[in-house]
Amino acid sequence: MQHIENFDALACDAPNDMKKAESGLANLKFLMVGVMFGIVFVKAEIISWFRIQEMFRMQSFHMYGVIGSAVLVAMLSVWLIKRFRIKTLAGETVEFHTKAFNKGQIFGGLLFGLGWVITGACPGPLFAQIGSGYVVVVATLLSAVAGTWVYGYLREKLPH
Amino acid sequence: MEFIDLIRKPWPWYVAGPLIGLTVPTLLLIGNKSFGISSSLRHICAACLPAGIPFFQYNWKREIWNLFFVTGVLLGGFLAANFLENPTAIQLAPATISDLRVLGIQDFSGLMPADLFNTANLFTLKGLIFFVVGGFLVGFGTRWAGGCTAGHSITGLSNLQWPSLIATCCFMIGGFTMTHLILPYLMKWF
Repeated sequence: MQHIENFDALACDAPNDMKKAESGLANLKFLMVGVMFGIVFVKAEIISWFRIQEMFRMQSFHMYGVIGSAVLVAMLSVWLIKRFRIKTLAGETVEFHTKAFNKGQIFGGLLFGLGWVITGACPGPLFAQIGSGYVVVVATLLSAVAGTWVYGYLREKLPH
Repeated sequence: MEFIDLIRKPWPWYVAGPLIGLTVPTLLLIGNKSFGISSSLRHICAACLPAGIPFFQYNWKREIWNLFFVTGVLLGGFLAANFLENPTAIQLAPATISDLRVLGIQDFSGLMPADLFNTANLFTLKGLIFFVVGGFLVGFGTRWAGGCTAGHSITGLSNLQWPSLIATCCFMIGGFTMTHLILPYLMKWF
């Protein structure tokens, strides 16, 4: 790798692009969106280890339908926001980010896929599983935090 | 039919999927935030144990919305499981049930198999594999990939980012590999 760390490489994948200052209370909006999201996760049963098994055995359309329609709706929304230059509530221009390719998307993606099946969860559903009463998933979440930390520790040595 | 009964039944994909998709414009329009979840794990590291690692030295407080969001997901999971719970057991494909029975799964009553996800398994070799190794792969893998199913498969794809398509394909390849080539051995040996 020639140039190692520019700011972009260190930037977050779910960045806060709000320019105006936000009060601490404004975060309750995101808490509320999270609550709605968590309810959908449980009601659509996508936090279920069983549903992940069904998906990877291609024995049900359910998960493919959920992910596919989510992507289509999000895609249409993004297109509309760009096409009609829709502003945020605070009147700002909506920021979109270009993702650069690096080999981590391949290696990391494969490892994540392996973990997805045995835990029955990606990061979002981990939180919903705990909330819905599967206390033992706290261990999985802590381990996921540890995995994130070890990645940060080894980052310079890993191929990207 | 009462509204609450309708809510309590499992939601079909064509209701849940679009609602999940709408999270992207909602977050963008209420606060100029890009949807992603695995970054919350990184913020937790940055807040709790930065340890002088450059990857964890940034202003995580600016990204604290993401921690509020995942706290909301946890609360939403609690509300749905306690007040909107489905009166009947999960309706799985019969083929999945028979496949999983062969692997030794017996309890199909909850959203998660009680044979695996119970606290008694926590300090067994099985628990080590499914919780500790599994969780580690999820955390390490998403960070190396630069995002998870939320950041890549939903946000990235919806913004037509081809690196996110590659990441998503790799998520799926990893998933198929584990399901068909590795899981049978994990279930048999541990």
